[in-house]
Amino acid sequence: MIQIVTANRLADGLVVFRCSGGWTEDVTDAAQAGDAESAARLLGTAAVDVDACVIVDPYLIDLDEADAAPKLRREFIRASGPTVQVGFNRTRHGGDE
Amino acid sequence: MYRYDEFDHALVAGRVDQFRGQVARRLAGELTEDEFRPLRLMNGLYLQLHAYMLRVAVPYGVLSSAQLRKLAHIARRYDKGYGHFTTRQNIQFNWPRLEETPDILDELAEVEMHAIQTSGNCIRNVTADQYAGVAAEEIEDPRVYAEIVRQWSTLHPEFSFLPRKFKIAFNGAAHDRAALRLHDIGLRLRRQGGQCGFEVMVGGGQGRTPMIAEIIRAFLPRRDLLAYLEAIMRVYNRFGRRDNKYKARIKILVHDLGAKAFAAKVEAEFETLRGGALDLPGAEVERIRRHFRPPPYDEIDDPVAWYDLKRREDKDFGDWARTNVGAHKRPGYAIANISLKPIGGVPGDATADQMDAVADLADRYSFGEIRITHEQNLVLPHVRKTDLFEFWQRLGAQDLATPNLGLVTDIIACPGLDYCGLATARSIPVAQAISTRFAALSRQHDIGELRLKISGCINACGHHHVGHIGILGLDKRGEEYYQITLGGRADADAALGKIIGPSFSATGVVDAVETIVETYLSIRRGGEEPFIATVVRTGLTPFKEALYGAH
Amino acid sequence: MVLIRDGAIATDEWVRAAEGKALPAGAPTIVPFARWLSDSSTLRGHSAPLGLYMTGADDPEAIAADVGRFALIAIEFPVFTDGRGYSTARILRERLGFQGELRAVGNVLRDQFLFLHRCGFDAFEVAETDAAAWHAALAEFRVWYQPTGDSRAPALVLRHRAQAAE
Repeated sequence: MIQIVTANRLADGLVVFRCSGGWTEDVTDAAQAGDAESAARLLGTAAVDVDACVIVDPYLIDLDEADAAPKLRREFIRASGPTVQVGFNRTRHGGDE
Repeated sequence: MYRYDEFDHALVAGRVDQFRGQVARRLAGELTEDEFRPLRLMNGLYLQLHAYMLRVAVPYGVLSSAQLRKLAHIARRYDKGYGHFTTRQNIQFNWPRLEETPDILDELAEVEMHAIQTSGNCIRNVTADQYAGVAAEEIEDPRVYAEIVRQWSTLHPEFSFLPRKFKIAFNGAAHDRAALRLHDIGLRLRRQGGQCGFEVMVGGGQGRTPMIAEIIRAFLPRRDLLAYLEAIMRVYNRFGRRDNKYKARIKILVHDLGAKAFAAKVEAEFETLRGGALDLPGAEVERIRRHFRPPPYDEIDDPVAWYDLKRREDKDFGDWARTNVGAHKRPGYAIANISLKPIGGVPGDATADQMDAVADLADRYSFGEIRITHEQNLVLPHVRKTDLFEFWQRLGAQDLATPNLGLVTDIIACPGLDYCGLATARSIPVAQAISTRFAALSRQHDIGELRLKISGCINACGHHHVGHIGILGLDKRGEEYYQITLGGRADADAALGKIIGPSFSATGVVDAVETIVETYLSIRRGGEEPFIATVVRTGLTPFKEALYGAH
Repeated sequence: MVLIRDGAIATDEWVRAAEGKALPAGAPTIVPFARWLSDSSTLRGHSAPLGLYMTGADDPEAIAADVGRFALIAIEFPVFTDGRGYSTARILRERLGFQGELRAVGNVLRDQFLFLHRCGFDAFEVAETDAAAWHAALAEFRVWYQPTGDSRAPALVLRHRAQAAE
């Protein structure tokens, strides 16, 4: 089994994954746990960042052994974004719309 | 439309400051997520699948062009350039940042908008008929009362921690376009003995246990409106279940007590409140009504020959006018419906550019006013028939002229698993596939009115229970399956759809809908009987047999 | 925990009745609702002020006749999302005419202070950190749409005053 830890970042709500040294938006960079014990440890490190107001609601998800993608459809969509067209690209606020 | 005075501004400003403080406390760790969550929900901010989601209140679905432009600006500046219009006449943004939300609320306050109570266990956006004030068959404009109730329900100190959410709707026309019977409280304007008042119904709702509202008061005099509502809310606040989130709506209380016993409790409470501080004097009603005076219409003779000619002459315009133009109470004017359901598109979404375009069109053709409908479309409520052709051409340039109002491709769909943290299945791709399958306009016209509604989970935000065809997304062993219901309706003859049989795969459900439509076409009476009438007449059997084979 | 009464931190002279025991002589004592209902004839004779402890499930109408006997009524909020106490408070104040101290206890956070105050509470048992925010919390809004039993004039009244002044 492979498990990773996911959460939402408090300040902007975006989906993030526990990696070494912090959190990443890229599921392919997530720290992977290969057994229950290391998974529990990984989740434990996330709890610190709940108190530090970095993230909310961390939990473990399973990755498919073959392609290292999240097993559950819900988690797959969470990791890769809506499966339908999403408006226009966001223009970063550099002052103008 | 209603314009804020200094008191309305002060309240919204106070609320934005309060929320700014709450966000700061949250980010600094002075509030836990459990303590913060109900507070942010009361300001319409959800944490969804990919990001936060902000639901902005659009009171009874009415917008000015300035407000719509501000929504476009917010979509560009703080989001990904688009917004989503909902089944409760609100708008949602899918990507706001928590730390920027106080700024968004400040910007909204500039145009007299807010996100107060669009979520949470409190009284939500009061909705009304999207054609209020202009429908040809209107009895009285319900927006006056929707505004009065909006104010009374905003930051109500006694009712901010209810067992569950609470939804109130008004209707003032002969046709019920506001789905009164599917609301916690539905109020139908009527007269009795020369007096203005309301028929009051309670306990409707969808979700896991869909129910049709029961009438608990045939006639409530107008001046008793707020006292009576306060009585209902107090009974609900005190006796609604709080042990189980899925049994906490008022419909469960009405069902458990029985409508009669529930009504008796309300009447007893009402007797202690009637004629007191909540008495609604006629002078106050008239003060609010002044905000809803008709715009300065021109004197125009009807019929408008040029419009009738153009419709015959230009087939595409004629197709659009056939479904998207509604009868206005004022001669020479029309209600123009803007479909946000382009073939193969995402139902109810609009880009910032489209919002700006509609705002410009509203200024040019509709006295600067726009409406949002329960079917996730927009309305320009006051367009001169002589302007309709030019207006339609400009709509077309923005991909906003889809001529499908009320037809099978005018699909209502919740955001589903593509966006929503509560969903079990995706709904938007199914809507897109069905829309594409039925794209041919002549076929759509042949089918006629067909209300198709899709929900991505049993919370039923897509209102599938009241779709002529309803589709509910399920998860079966990790795969998305779709269950079909038939015969639902949201109007005065409200009815809940019945499950037709075992669910279908994502591709199978599109074929199934086509089979249902083909079956209807083959059995409808006189070649013209509407879909819903056929289902009522024949029941589900012919459709079941077509889908699953005869037993 | 800290007691706020009339907008300032106060010492709490009240004690809770011990279950199954007689009330301590001469001490202002808070009695649970169920005990009052079953034992009021005895409790009435208490030599010091009486208080009543209610939860959201308790019916204020059941003590309508005795409301004047209590110098204090405490209403518990087991979680702040359980809003029944707000209705209980308004019924006690506005219908039954209770004039003693109305105290909110339990899970009471600063974000509810103003709502509670508007419903008639004038005493609050709260965490020290929230107590410090009391005055700020009460100043967060100066406009209200609806009338309650408090003395704040709702927007409707203010509007008519403003119009009359013109």
